[in-house]
Amino acid sequence: MTIDWASFTPWRSLAGGVLIGVAVALFVLLNGRIAGISGVLGGLLNGKQVDSAWRAAFIAGLVGAPLIYGLFAVVPTPQIDADTAALALAGLLVGVGTRYGSGCTSGHGVCGISRGSRRSVVATFVFMGAGFATVFVLRHVLGS
Amino acid sequence: MLILTALLAGIVFGVGLVISGMANPAKVLGFLDVAGSWDPSLAFVMAGAVGVGVIAFALARRRTVSLLGAGMQLPKARQIDRRLVLGSLTFGIGWGLAGFCPGPALVALGMGQTKALVFVAFMLAGMGLFAWLERRAG
Repeated sequence: MTIDWASFTPWRSLAGGVLIGVAVALFVLLNGRIAGISGVLGGLLNGKQVDSAWRAAFIAGLVGAPLIYGLFAVVPTPQIDADTAALALAGLLVGVGTRYGSGCTSGHGVCGISRGSRRSVVATFVFMGAGFATVFVLRHVLGS
Repeated sequence: MLILTALLAGIVFGVGLVISGMANPAKVLGFLDVAGSWDPSLAFVMAGAVGVGVIAFALARRRTVSLLGAGMQLPKARQIDRRLVLGSLTFGIGWGLAGFCPGPALVALGMGQTKALVFVAFMLAGMGLFAWLERRAG
């Protein structure tokens, strides 16, 4: 294993993580809800209209965040290497998988682990393991 | 009020994703590539978020309603079943394929990235497919 020191950003990443934690804290203490993004978004698509407003507001906040960030600093440009076909397949897998597994990086990874949920710890190990394995196969076996 | 606080939480979450580097798929893949040139930054995102989260949920657990009077809705499911494992496995493969999970994809969409739009469109299709299958199964 070699560490990519040039890309390593421990303090920025820790600070960003703390902000994510603050958002999770706000959402559970004020709204009484888990800030799980796939769950909040998926709830908009299940045909029930009762709680669409706060769900849509949370999603609008996420999409609008770069705009707010841009008022104070230059928004970093993301580097997206995957081609259209890979993005489409990845999106489909993430959409179906997070709903069947009842959560994603935020719902299981951050909220679930913070709550001490054994279910979420298992889910996080599984999706992280699958992520590590997929990148290993793509980069070191298929060599793309 | 709950709509405003949801918007605020979404903004803070999104800004956290931008600052942390999670909204950049190349950085996420750099973390997932343990066998290559590894960037451990995202472990620090997790540490920061869970560090604050532990305190938040310790406080939330003692309440039946939120500070604004909304019912405290914490998950009750405990079973580790096939759905949890296979769903998470499917999600992880998709995550490793493009470096996007749901939150960062929505944030990158807000940055005006066309590629994020493709990912989000298919992610919504996947979620819609799940909702349809669930309805059909009753």
